[in-house]
Amino acid sequence: MNFGQILLMMFTALLVENFIFSKFYGCCPFLGVSEKPSTALGMGMAVTFVITVSGAVTWVVYYCLLEPFGLEYLKTIAFILVIAALVQFIEMFLRKFIPALYSALGIYLPLITTNCAVLSSALLIVQNGYGFVESVCFCFAASLGFTLAIVVFAGLRTRMENADPPAAFKGFPLTLIAAGLLAMAFSCFSGVKF
Amino acid sequence: MNKYVKQLKEGILDNNPVLVQLLGMCPTLATTTELKNAVGMGLAATAVLVCSNLFISLLRKFIPKQVRIAAYIVIISGFVTAVELLMRAYLYSLYQALGLFIPLIVVNCIILARAEAFASKNKPLPSMVDGLAMGLGFTFALCLLAFVRELLGAGTVFGYQIPGYTPMVVFILPAGAFMTLGFLIATVQKIRSVTAERAKQKQTQGIKPASAAAEAASGEEEKA
Repeated sequence: MNFGQILLMMFTALLVENFIFSKFYGCCPFLGVSEKPSTALGMGMAVTFVITVSGAVTWVVYYCLLEPFGLEYLKTIAFILVIAALVQFIEMFLRKFIPALYSALGIYLPLITTNCAVLSSALLIVQNGYGFVESVCFCFAASLGFTLAIVVFAGLRTRMENADPPAAFKGFPLTLIAAGLLAMAFSCFSGVKF
Repeated sequence: MNKYVKQLKEGILDNNPVLVQLLGMCPTLATTTELKNAVGMGLAATAVLVCSNLFISLLRKFIPKQVRIAAYIVIISGFVTAVELLMRAYLYSLYQALGLFIPLIVVNCIILARAEAFASKNKPLPSMVDGLAMGLGFTFALCLLAFVRELLGAGTVFGYQIPGYTPMVVFILPAGAFMTLGFLIATVQKIRSVTAERAKQKQTQGIKPASAAAEAASGEEEKA
């Protein structure tokens, strides 16, 4: 892939095939941690950081460890272990060396291990056969798409707090319906093909 | 035996993992475009849930508390890999339709939640029944959602065409997934609030005659 192709791939991952609105990867934190724009931004940044780093690490693990030994079928186990260890390591590293960033992202980090966006981006890299640079770019763009989605949605939800829906729709159902409307808006991008 | 029936009912209806506990949203939204996929996804997750609950329950005295989450994830991902390989061997079309969501069963919050909340504290047999109940509850919720989406969005039920119906494609699209689930959960909340109110009324009706009599008596006293 040349530079232009990588740019187009990133655009596709960011908007056209947005993790939340077209693939449903990472819906739990999207629906759970989107009450305030500030917490949503924190979660989004933590996810972006972890996905980009884990994309690079899982690429190395797959092509330097699993593939040479014919252990491709173990990729799910290997990836989830790498991700769990990585999240733990990032947490310790940030606490020791960058306390400011740790206090901003710290509480979201343990939640990320079970965020399916992380595992699915690692698996997608293998599925699509990306090279190392492409993998890192893809992960960065896709997780930025997640951040965009969650921040925009958090902005919507702060407005919804003043609304007075029927009792049955209070809370989660209303959130889901708002997400549906936002997904409809994002589906406009699905016509964009290169 | 009665205890297990109660556990099953709890998992499928009263404490449904998707509709009441609101867990496992990603596969719920993604794999419900067709009933066939929903059944496949639900049963695959049920198989993993039963096996992982059994193993975690058997190992509950050996797993150190500090690393329990990592241990659970390893056990779960082992079973998920087994299910994935079996599906690729025997149900290839379903394997292709579900795609990445089979390996993503590893990070399904329902499975980890049951491991942490139930299997790590209970004996193997009840844990297995709990896994089965929660898995069937998950399958039930998926089927309900997929039935509505497939019927309205494609005009089919289990792939059979409904004659004379123009499908509304939006229900197959992601937007339809979010909205249909929203309406479904709203319905469940309504049903729950109505039944709770009825139960409350029944209780107060039980007490009412006595209190009403007392009120009437006090009223008469005042008159007198």
